[in-house]
This record gives sequence, structure tokens and C-alpha cells, in this order.
Amino acid sequence: MAKHHIQAHVNGDEVEFLCETEDTLLDVLRDTLHLTGSKEGCASGDCGACSVMLDGRLVCSCLVLGCEVNGGKVETIEGMAEGEELHPLQRKFLEHAALQCGICTPGVLVASKALLERNNNPTETEVRYWLAGNLCRCTGYDKIVSAVMDTAAAMRKG
Amino acid sequence: MRYEAPNSVEGAVALLAGATGDARVLAGGTDLLVQMRADIVDPVLIVDIKKIPETRAITEERGGWRIGAAVTGAELKEHPKLKKAWPGVIEAANLIGSTQVQGRATMGGNLCNGSPAADSVPALIAAGAVATLAGPKGKRDLPVEDVMLGPRKLALEKGEIVVSFLLPARPLRSSDAYLRFIPRTEMDIAVVGAGVSLTVDGGGIVTAARVGLGAVAARVLLVSEAAQAIVGSRLDEAAQRRLEAAAKAVCRPIDDKRGTVDFRVDVAAVLTRRAALIAYDRARSN
Amino acid sequence: MPETTTNGHAQSFVGTRTIRPDGVDKVTGRARFGADFNLPGQLIGRVLRSPHPHARIVSIDTSKAEALPGVKAVVTRGDFPDQPSEFIPAGEMMMNYKDVVRNVMAREKALYEGHAVAAVAATSVAIARRALKLIDVKYEVLPHVIDVEEAMRPGAPLLHDDLFTVGVEPKPDKPSNVAKRIEIKQGDLAAGFKAADLVVEREFKTAPVHQGYIEPHAALATVSEDGTTELWCTTQGHYIVRAHCARLLGLDIGKVRVTATEIGGGFGGKTVVYLEPLAIALSKKAKRPVKMVMSREEVFKASGPTSGATVRVKIGVKKDGKFVAGFAELKYQAGAFQGSPVQPGVFCAFAPYDIENVHVVGYDVVSNRPKVAAYRAPGAPISEYAVESVVDEIAKKLDIDPIDLRMQNAAREGTKAAYGPKFGPIGLEETLNAIKKSEHWNAPLRKWQGRGVASGFWFNIGGETCVSLTVNEDGTVSLVAGTPDIGGLRASLAAVAADELGVPYDKVRPIIGDTGSLGFNFLTGGSRSAFSGSMAIVEAAKQIKSELCARACKLWEAKPEQVEFSGGAVRPLGALAEKVKPMTIADFAKVAGKTGGPIGGVGRINAQGAGPSFGTHLVDLEIDPETGRATILRYTVAQDAGRALHPAYVEGQYQGGAVQGIGWALNEEYIYGTDGKLQNAGFLDYRMPVASDVPMIDTVLVEVANPKHPYGVRGVGETPIVPPLGAIANAMEQATGIRFTELPMSPPKVLKALKEKGATKV
Repeated sequence: MAKHHIQAHVNGDEVEFLCETEDTLLDVLRDTLHLTGSKEGCASGDCGACSVMLDGRLVCSCLVLGCEVNGGKVETIEGMAEGEELHPLQRKFLEHAALQCGICTPGVLVASKALLERNNNPTETEVRYWLAGNLCRCTGYDKIVSAVMDTAAAMRKG
Repeated sequence: MRYEAPNSVEGAVALLAGATGDARVLAGGTDLLVQMRADIVDPVLIVDIKKIPETRAITEERGGWRIGAAVTGAELKEHPKLKKAWPGVIEAANLIGSTQVQGRATMGGNLCNGSPAADSVPALIAAGAVATLAGPKGKRDLPVEDVMLGPRKLALEKGEIVVSFLLPARPLRSSDAYLRFIPRTEMDIAVVGAGVSLTVDGGGIVTAARVGLGAVAARVLLVSEAAQAIVGSRLDEAAQRRLEAAAKAVCRPIDDKRGTVDFRVDVAAVLTRRAALIAYDRARSN
Repeated sequence: MPETTTNGHAQSFVGTRTIRPDGVDKVTGRARFGADFNLPGQLIGRVLRSPHPHARIVSIDTSKAEALPGVKAVVTRGDFPDQPSEFIPAGEMMMNYKDVVRNVMAREKALYEGHAVAAVAATSVAIARRALKLIDVKYEVLPHVIDVEEAMRPGAPLLHDDLFTVGVEPKPDKPSNVAKRIEIKQGDLAAGFKAADLVVEREFKTAPVHQGYIEPHAALATVSEDGTTELWCTTQGHYIVRAHCARLLGLDIGKVRVTATEIGGGFGGKTVVYLEPLAIALSKKAKRPVKMVMSREEVFKASGPTSGATVRVKIGVKKDGKFVAGFAELKYQAGAFQGSPVQPGVFCAFAPYDIENVHVVGYDVVSNRPKVAAYRAPGAPISEYAVESVVDEIAKKLDIDPIDLRMQNAAREGTKAAYGPKFGPIGLEETLNAIKKSEHWNAPLRKWQGRGVASGFWFNIGGETCVSLTVNEDGTVSLVAGTPDIGGLRASLAAVAADELGVPYDKVRPIIGDTGSLGFNFLTGGSRSAFSGSMAIVEAAKQIKSELCARACKLWEAKPEQVEFSGGAVRPLGALAEKVKPMTIADFAKVAGKTGGPIGGVGRINAQGAGPSFGTHLVDLEIDPETGRATILRYTVAQDAGRALHPAYVEGQYQGGAVQGIGWALNEEYIYGTDGKLQNAGFLDYRMPVASDVPMIDTVLVEVANPKHPYGVRGVGETPIVPPLGAIANAMEQATGIRFTELPMSPPKVLKALKEKGATKV
């Protein structure tokens, strides 16, 4: 069967690509569009390392087919910084040392950004439950949670 | 592998009815894609139903709510009125997986995946939800408890899909609750799931109840004995003991990597009681 | 010692919370991990794995796979020459090349479900997957054995007919699954127990657990017609990978260049080779680059978790609390080939305590599971869980405060550990005091809540290390290290180099070089990379400083005693100071060519003097008595870092290890069916802690300087996973009144125990 011809917006750019039915959005991002910031940790939606925004929703890109995003809007970690200006979350993660090996970091940042866009004053519990789908094996989550809460406070100050 | 995204119910039905080989419905994809990746299923045709308006809508209907089969858990959570009327159903749908999974997972998919541990199903059953199906022979309604017959076994015929669920109109002082047991705080498949929906009168006496129990048998159970145990009571200690006993009595669980038989039976009783108490408090303040 | 500041630069960076130099790439998705590398024309490699836990491989027919269009190479056991038996160090464990070649590709037998039997390289993933299905392997299925005690029983299914137990007398004439018996002894155990007022003996059982790194193994290899090989892989030790691949494939080490990509977690599990030799062999055959990545299922089924074990501990104590005798017997699973971490388990068991009479015995036992790999302080969490549980029981029976009991018996400077060495200055007491003084220790508890404390130890290692420092023409400094950075190393090394040379932190640019850039580096493990790397930097910096002083002497026509290096510059002393001005590193850089050429230094050392790191953990938890579910309420880690080069990354090690321990204690385990197959080979049912499962992890950085390191550094990465198992078991005991001797303490087990005790209404 012929490949699907898909048009979508990725990080603000119009893109076109071909994909097989069984290719996931994660496969497309990494192997076709060469956006390797989203990672494959499990391919079963259990680790969140592939987290992206799809039409404004936080999703695991390994659980979305490439052909489902025709006409859709995808935002990945690569689109988080504004030019040379890091997003406040990215800056706070560095300040708080909220990453060690860094493999979960893109997914955690995308997920955290989605949280703060909905709730600019989350409690620690709310942060932890929102991020429950983002596995981290290095940090024990402590500095990640601190960085997110500190970012929320900074963004509230304006 | 073919992928089609019809924009009408009839279109989807025609595709599924006419398929030669394994054809699967795609809603949220949070089960289907995992099974494809693990080589458990290898469909020749995938029918994406998300472009069909009826599967994506939430509308009030005859005092109740019609929820499209492909409405996501996240969308359900954001609907202010639905949450107030059916907090148990909404919290159940939002326990499915992570925030990321809730951005895609649907109650239609959760039911049709055919797992007795599905989180939204005990709550839907307790709510008295009715599934509207569409197939080659036309539309029909089926109570949710009659849709899943066993693990991966559905009462759907070839070409039939679940289009929407109807949650019935509610008398005053009604509410519901759903609790599940998992070893962590998130991300696990339910070891036991208990949904309770009930109505109380002005004096705090339970006048109607329904109880759904998941992950303790080959299908999600509607436990009428458990409901009977508390109707006419104020959920006092004696009623709670009767409720627990009724819940235990229907359990026919298995030993597996998620729980033992004994554990599931014990926890089924505990969760049914706790969910009933939460529903009771919610109903009294409604 | 660090240069004090004058002009040159205004501050010291060691001990401060600098931003890591590789940080921006990591928070923007730009950093390239193993699976992020691609080469033009590359093929995709996939592995065919045994579905049987134990089977003779009768025949392998790859002809149909080779004939499939798009398949460019297939390899099996025939493509890997057999290796004679030879033990070599692998991290902190030993391995044998005869076993390595068989683990990388099964030979006579498949020894675990998931054992590699063949591999293909094809032009697409789909074709590679189809090719695997076309390989016809004939197996003669054999009975299997998984559990360590069952594997030790006479008559158990035998994995290797040439494995004869080493370390028992008389030497056995029949093979068995027991690879070796080891022991350490000190004093007179029988006399010790005789003198005891109280003896407590318990047996414990732990299940195998996986390191759980989020990044699966990945390798990309390309081999030229003359055998020159380039390899990119995610590894904790690219020089080790180079050595293994060269050995297994008969290549000259000098012809193999390995680049360590950014690594998404290892914890010891990426100190061995799995895909790398396969990718190289396939690339050689296919004459194209070959990329291989494991799926999550393959990671669980085919990469080494740690041992499951049975541990028996017996401690004799006087009624005033003095330990007089300690005995332990450890039986550890090695997986399909010998080499469990039973030896470090034996060494570490009683190491936190000064006990005159000690005897520890360990057994290394093979069984039909993946070959175990190191997991953060390999072997120690298991044995110390058992000992810390018994110590806790003793404290309760004697009605002595558990910290006071440990303090009374604590190893100190001068204590001779039962496994041999005499401790220099160590920080165990300081960590015990830190916990005792903490607010956590005194916070009130409610019913069904419990508090547990436990201490732990890891010896840490040094080893062969090379670091180069090069002064660039603009005065910036390029630092090349050879130990992969698994969690902030570059930040620490850059701080040390900045302080040593007196240049600003952001003028030091550290990278991890490939194997062609530096001499041999032992892998990142054993908590050695910051310890050894910083030592090597001191050496390299010495060379630069001495070279610049020599150049200054030439320029200034001065004698060596008239100049000195301080504050980032060579300074004239005494009368000379009136004639010439100091020259900074940047000044020398500008005239480097005219004054002798490029400026740099290389530290090449075999780092000695690693100091042990002791830690004490305190945990509060609450039990739901109707479901057996435990919630961790509060957690404090106090651990001795010697000197924290970068406090935030040291805290991060404490927190990460503690949470791994929480998972190990409460929910993580390999679950096998009676068919010997793994039932939970994914993150859904292999239950690692998620963010909502744990609270903030408070940390206390104790610093008892290691006198053998120029900055006082001790390795810190491994100790944090040692105390949690005991601390959590002890907290469970206080919450429930039940001593759990089997891990994980999952809810079904806890509820069952509560019911048996009559402690719950359920």
C-alpha cells in the first residue's frame, strides 16, 4: 500500500512527510523529520520520554500514528526555546540541577510546560501527579519538582 | 496495513463490515498501538473514528448526558457540568494511565479493549450507562455491563462500533465514586476497581444504588447483591459489612503478576465500602 | 590544592552550584544519545532471541533470511570465534571472555529467555523484523531453573557441564550450578557467639531487579574494508567496549575508535557489551554502517539485572549493645554465566561495624536468567539490607536507640574491616549524628506510621584515568576526559580545572573524548569518575603550570625560584616584580607559538586512595492496614562526600539512589512464570517509582575529607542505594509490628502478613 502523505505544523513550521500506517508520530519525528529530541524509552506509553503537544494536548508520541496528525499541530522540545532565549523552565532546570543523564528531560520539560500553561500555581502534589507519566531514574524527582514550582513562582511574578 | 478516517458512522461501519482480515477501530490508540508494537495484533485495516462528530460530542439528552465514544479523558475532566453530575465516572476515566495517556484515551476504547481491569467500566456500569452501537443492521442500545463478555470478548458483531454512551438523568441527591487499587500511586493497571452510584432521600437513606466491580472476574461485574445490601440503610456499620460480604461473594479473580486471589477479594470489599461512603457523602451534599 | 584568588579571577568554583556545560543541549533536545546517531546508508540491525529459558541449539538455518531482499547480512555463533577462559575486571566485578562471547551470541545453548541466537542487518525495520521470522532455529528444550536455592540443589537442571565449584574442599568431581564459594574471616566466631548475651538470626530473600535506565542500549558501527572500525554507543566505558569488541572479533585495538554518546542512565548496566560486537560483525559483512537499538522488552529480557538472593545473617551482641560476632551466608544468582556481585556483597555486609569476630560466606550460582550486570554498589544493598534489619531487631530487643546502637559499634578511623583494609578517616559517625540531630528524627508519628534508619557503605575505586587540558589561542581551556558523563561530571571537572588554572569556569570547555583522543580510561563506575578525573586534572594542570613558569623564566631571564604560578598567572617574585608584570594563561596563549608551541598537559594516572563513603538514611512511611499499601512520607539522606565538588550533583546522587532503593524495597521485582519466562518485561508491570510515589528527599552533605585526594573527594554515586532497603524494612516493622524478610514488600505480601497477625480488620 502506498505511503500516506501528511501535512502538519511542527514547532511552527509547515512540514510534509510520507509514512507507513504503522509508523508512530515518534518514529516520524525522529527518523523522518530528524527531530531526535523526543526519545523512545519504552514504545508503550509508560515512560513519557516521547512526550509532545498535539493540538494543544500533552500526549505520548509513541501512542499516536504519524498518519493521524494530518492537518495537526505538533510541538516538541525543539520548539520550546524562543530563538536563543531559553524557556523559564529550561533555565530553572539548569539552575536546580534537575537533570542528571538528561534522557527524560525533554519529556519532563514538555509535560511541565503543559502543566504551567493550565495551572500557574500548582501544589507539589499536583506537580507530582501531573508528571507521574514521566519516568526518571536518576534524580528521584526532587529537583525536578523544585524546578517546576520555582518556575511557576517566577512566572507568576511576571 | 490500511488506515482510513471516515467522517460518518455509516462510513466506519461499511469499512469494518467489509474488511477481509483483522480490522481495528482506532480511537485514542493507547491500547491498539501498544498491541501492534508487541506483535499481539497485526491488523490489515485501521478505522480511525475520531473524525465522526457523534463520537466526539458531549451533549445533554433527556436530562442525562450523551458522551461520544471517542471523547478523551482529558476532555471529560474539563467539562464542568459533567464532573458535577458524575464525579465517579469522570474520576474513573481520568485514572487511565498518565496525563499523556488521558490526553488520548477514551471510554469507548477502554471498554472495547476488553480488559476486565478497565478503569472507566465499573463506574459506567454503576452509573447505569447504556452504550449505543451502530452496525450493518442499524443502531441498537446495550447496557454497558452487557458489552464486555470476557477478556477481549465483546458482544459486538462484525462491523459494529460503539458510537456513544448515555448516562441517565439523575434524581436529586445522587452521586457516584470510583476507587481502584494499584501498588504505586499512578501508572498501574487496576488490581481491583470499584464503582458505586447511589441516591439518598432527604433523611439520608439510600433509595437506589448500583455497584460495578472490575478486575475480580473475567468481566466487569454489576453486583446487584451489593446494591441491595445498602438500599434502605444509612450506610451504617452493619450495612457496610453486608456490602463487603456481597462484594467478596461475587469475586472470581485470578492470581497474576498484579495480585493474588486472596488479595483481590479482600481489597474488593475494602474499596467497595470506601467508594460507597464517598458516593454517599457526595450524594448528601448534592 | 586550589589556587587562592587574587587578580586573574575572583572566585573558586569547586563546591559551588555552577551550570553544567552540557546543560543547554540537554534541555533543548539537542544532546545526542545513542539512538540519535545516524550515518548515511545505514542498515537496521535486529536480534533473534531464544524464546526458551534453557535449550540446546541444535541447528540454525539462516538461508531464507539471507535470501530476503533488503537483508544485507546475518550473523550467528559461527561469526564469533570461541574465546579461551580468561577472567578480566568488568567494573567492580569479574567476567570471563569465554562467557562473554557466549552471552553476546549463544553457542551450544540458549541459557535464558531472550538470549541472542542470531542477528540481521537490513535496509528497514520492517524487513529486519521479517528476516528474523525467517530464521529457522531448532531447539532441544531443556528443564530450566531460576531460583537460587533451587539452582543449588543436587539434581537441579545443569547450565554448564564444565562448571566445577571453586573454593570448596575437596574439589568437586561433578559439575554444578555453584560457580564458586568465597569467604572472609576475622577473629573466632564461635567464641564470639559464646560470649554474646543475645543472638539474633534471620534469613532474607530478595528478588532480581533491573537498573531501569530510561535509555535502551544502542550502537552504530561502521567497518571499512581494511578493518578500521568506528563505533558510537551508549556506554559507561567506551575503552572497555573497544577492548571487548577487539577481543571478540579479532581486531587490533588501535583500529577501533569508539565514541561514547551521551548516555541515558547506566547504573552499572552499561558496563558490558551486548549490541556492539553484533553491530560491528554485521557491518563488516554488509559493508555498510549498522545501527542497533534494543526495545524496552529486550532491555528487560536480555540485559543484566542484578541478582536475586538468599541471605542468612546472625549477629551476637552483649546486653550493653556491643557487637561481638557477625556471621552471614549469601547466595546470589549470577544469571546464565558466573559472576554475581557476591564478593562485594560479602565484603560490605558488616563493613559499617567494628566487630572482632566475623565470618561471611558467599556463593555465586548460575541460573536461567540474563547474566547479571553491575547495579549501583553491586551486591551491597542485598547483604546490608539483611544486616541492617538484624541490627534493628537487636536495637528493639535490647531497647537501645537504633542510632546509638550503630554509633556504639561504628567503624571509625583505624577500624580494620573484616574484608581486609584498615579505614582511614571516615564519616559514618558524622552521618549518624546528622540524622540524630535532624528535625526529621524528632518529628511525631501516628498510628500505622513507622520510622526506620539504616546505614550503608561502599568502598569506591580509582583506576586508570587520563584527562587532557589544552590552552587554546584565546586563553580558553579545552578539557578532554575519557569517562562518560552519566550525571554532571563535566560540571565538576570544569570547576576543578578552573580552580587549578585560575581561569573562569565558563572558559573551560569539557568534552568526553573518543578512544582515539586519550590513553586508556577505565569505565565510569565504582563512583570513580569525579574522584579520578579531578586527580588527573591536578596532574595535567601541574604540567601546564610548570611549563608556563619555565616559559616565563625564559622570557624574563629569571631563575625558577623567582617565579610562581598563582591566581591564574605566572607572577614575578621579589625584585623581579618591579621589572616585569604577571602573565596570565591568556597572555601566554597569545604568544604560545613563539614561546615553545601549544600549551597543554595530560594527566595519566592509575588513581589510588579512593576513600569509602558511608551513609545513613532515615525514612517515615505509613501503611494502609486494609490494603497493605505503603506510602513514603518523609526521607532524609546523610552521606559523606569527602568534598562535594558540585553540591547539587552530589545531592542528586543521594536522591536518585534513595528512590531506586524505594522501588527495590516496595515494588520492583522480576516476575517469572513456571515456564521460566519473564512476565513483566515493561515499565507497566516492572514498577519503578513515579513522581507521585515519593516525597522530597532531604539531604545532608557530610564532608570528612579523604586525605588521599588533593581536594578530599570521595566517590558518592553508589552508597545511596545501599541503606534504603534496610531503612524501609525497619520503618515497616515499626508501622506494622512485622519484620519483613522478603523483598519487595508489595501490598499483597503486607496485607497477608497483617491478616496472619490479626492486625487488620480485613
